[in-house]
Amino acid sequence: MSPPSPGPPQERFRLSMLIYDQRYRSLTIQIVFMMLLMGFAAWLVDNVITNLRAQGQDFSYRFLWQRAGYDINQTLVAYDSNMTHARAMFVGLLNTLLVAVLGCVLATVAGVIVGVLRLSTNWLVSQIMAVYVEIFRNIPTLLWIIIFYTLVTIDAPAPRDFAGDVPLAAAWFGGAVVITNRGVYIPEPLFANSLGSVSLGLFDVSLDFAALVVVIIASLYANKKLLDRASARQATTGIRPVTWWKSMLILFLPVILALLALGFHTENAELAGFNFQGGVHLRSSLVALWFGLGIYTSAFVAEIVRAGILAVSKGQTEAAASLGMRPTLTMRLVVLPQALRVIVPPLISQYLNLTKNTSLGLAVGYMDLRSTLGGITINQTGRALEGMLLMMLIYLLISLTISSLMNVYNSRIKLKER
Amino acid sequence: MTRHDKAFVRDAIVPERAPPVTESGVWKWMRENLFSSWFNAIVTALSIYVIYSVVTGFAPWFTNSVWQAGSLSQCREILDGARGACFAVITERWNQLMFGFYPRALYWRPTLTAALFLVAIAPILFTGLPRRMLWFSAVYPFLAYFLLWGGSIWIPVTAAAGFVFAALAFVILRRLLPLVAPVGAVLVALIWWLTLAAPVAEDLSWIAPVELQFVRSDRFGGFLLSLVLGLTAISISLPMGILLALGRQSDLLIVRMSCIVFIEFIRGVPLITLLFTASLLLNYFLPPGTSFDLILRVIIMVTFFAAAYIAEVVRGGLASLPRGQYEAADALGLTYWQAQRKIIMPQALKVSIPGIVNTFIGLFKDTTLVVFIGLLDPVGLSNSIRSDTAWTGIYWELFVFIGAFFFVFCFGISRYSMYLERKLTRGHN
Repeated sequence: MSPPSPGPPQERFRLSMLIYDQRYRSLTIQIVFMMLLMGFAAWLVDNVITNLRAQGQDFSYRFLWQRAGYDINQTLVAYDSNMTHARAMFVGLLNTLLVAVLGCVLATVAGVIVGVLRLSTNWLVSQIMAVYVEIFRNIPTLLWIIIFYTLVTIDAPAPRDFAGDVPLAAAWFGGAVVITNRGVYIPEPLFANSLGSVSLGLFDVSLDFAALVVVIIASLYANKKLLDRASARQATTGIRPVTWWKSMLILFLPVILALLALGFHTENAELAGFNFQGGVHLRSSLVALWFGLGIYTSAFVAEIVRAGILAVSKGQTEAAASLGMRPTLTMRLVVLPQALRVIVPPLISQYLNLTKNTSLGLAVGYMDLRSTLGGITINQTGRALEGMLLMMLIYLLISLTISSLMNVYNSRIKLKER
Repeated sequence: MTRHDKAFVRDAIVPERAPPVTESGVWKWMRENLFSSWFNAIVTALSIYVIYSVVTGFAPWFTNSVWQAGSLSQCREILDGARGACFAVITERWNQLMFGFYPRALYWRPTLTAALFLVAIAPILFTGLPRRMLWFSAVYPFLAYFLLWGGSIWIPVTAAAGFVFAALAFVILRRLLPLVAPVGAVLVALIWWLTLAAPVAEDLSWIAPVELQFVRSDRFGGFLLSLVLGLTAISISLPMGILLALGRQSDLLIVRMSCIVFIEFIRGVPLITLLFTASLLLNYFLPPGTSFDLILRVIIMVTFFAAAYIAEVVRGGLASLPRGQYEAADALGLTYWQAQRKIIMPQALKVSIPGIVNTFIGLFKDTTLVVFIGLLDPVGLSNSIRSDTAWTGIYWELFVFIGAFFFVFCFGISRYSMYLERKLTRGHN
């Protein structure tokens, strides 16, 4: 046993090593950076305190529990002006989420159709779709929102145009959809044997819809079980049992039965006096914001879809064909899973953009989060700092939630390499 | 001469014949691209019908359009019941849509600035031009400020001098203390700007008063405002975004964390809330009594916004580089900044060009949002034009004009990015 060899010669620490020695330099940089950062933050906070004191204000969120005193023209949950600012904020947040979800659905549907047609072998079709994409994505979304708002307010017929022996305007789809300059009316779903609703504290939930959702989830689950069993059978015997009619039965029969049991029917809007009554009234601002954002974003979605499909190399399709797969199976098992890996991340960031852009509802007077908490509440209480910070925080939470979901998805679909 | 025992052997080449009509030229193209199957033929017919109805629907509006009239009612008189656009509003309000409320006598200044911009941007966009032109591009921002806002020429000159002093300090310090050279250069510039620049500029303008009439920021409007906001933010946000991306990849924990917080915060909130912060809240964060120009505040916010997005795009580009590139740079003994400049960035930026350009296009379109804080960009002007009784009720003409302006710019930028991508393609990754 030889004695352990002495380590490298121990250098004594010198002050100059803070700059010249790689090991200490990063520490020096970080400490200096940290000090600058904290100094800057302290300066900002100090300024805020001084400014607030000069105006005789404090920093508090107590205003949220005061009476709001203003009306909101579109409420998804019960609200009146005697409720608190917090409740108004909640109503605004729901309106923001409503238009965001509607916009995302429209953007996805229109975008996927346009993106696929853009790859059509028909030259004329692909050119029309190229024009669609270029027009909608190269003009600011704010302009599109205002354009759609003009379409549904200035250029749409007034309710009185629908009356008379020779009406100047007619409803769409046999009276189901009525577009007037006071908003758009669509049929209202109604339940004759309603189960009523149950209050969840913040809002009420219609038991009818809840029951429908439960039925749909249950039938989806049963269908998955059925398909799993068919696959297991195929794995053991090599023959796949015929399942399509069972699937149809499981998926549709319970829903139809539930709808019948609840007495489901729809009610169209009818002209009564100077305005339409009944039906679901979509305000012009909602429609304009929905279509403005949705169509604008659909142009981006179309490009994403196109790029995703093109990203799957032709060899993959050919390999699947040489294995004897039918085109539908090739699409489902080979092309789509690979295309989705390319499509989904940018798609979600488009959803995020759309959600943030709902704040442009200001241009058409849509009562969203920015307009309730970030608008009227701030004006009434004078709490600009608190209100803006809270609003930013809420938007930030929405964004971070969506992007963390995306990260989970990304890590799940990531190619497993060495 | 060979003898044939067959009945016929061809001994001359048959002259080439043209392919059948259906297999060549326009017929072949149409058959393959428009009528390859009965389904495709139906789709083609439908498409032609759609195009026909769109064109016939809109054509009269354009062909009947009125270009010279004093008001909307005058337009309607000229049209006499026919459908037609009243583009007279564009001709009558042309100057306002272009320059906002910029003083009429000084329109030559923004016009000259725009013309010089083309000269300044050309060597950056097209590498074929002489490299010496880049010096003009470097001077241009200060010149543009002087031309647009006016005031004493010594303010932009002293501001530019800060950069010159910083460069001098860097060159000198690099000989003496190489490691503190960047810090020293930044310090010199900061000291110059914060303490000496203002008094020196004052003295110089007293000695040699060269100045243009000062134009306040609130006089800016129309497309001038959009372009000033967009171009300034674009040119500052690119370097800032690259620095943020590097900070996010950095080994230094605190630097990395602050970059992440900054990027995620900015990307998580709508631009409009940042603009409201600039217009409403900034006074809370500044020492009492200070206030600065609204346009400058907006430029800062829009720049931050774009920089955070560019940082993410560049991060994608950095992540796409194989590790070997970093290791090769280390093996060659390059310092961090040398490696970034000569090895990493040229490759990473090339990959990120489409994303960066898309961010720029988005930023340019987002300049319309300043209408919400009371600046008169084209969209804001369209509202104020409509509030004039002569033009009440005019919508589509203004929308078409503003939309066409943005379309031309954004479409042009995206085409340029495609050209750049093609030019930089090396045939391998």
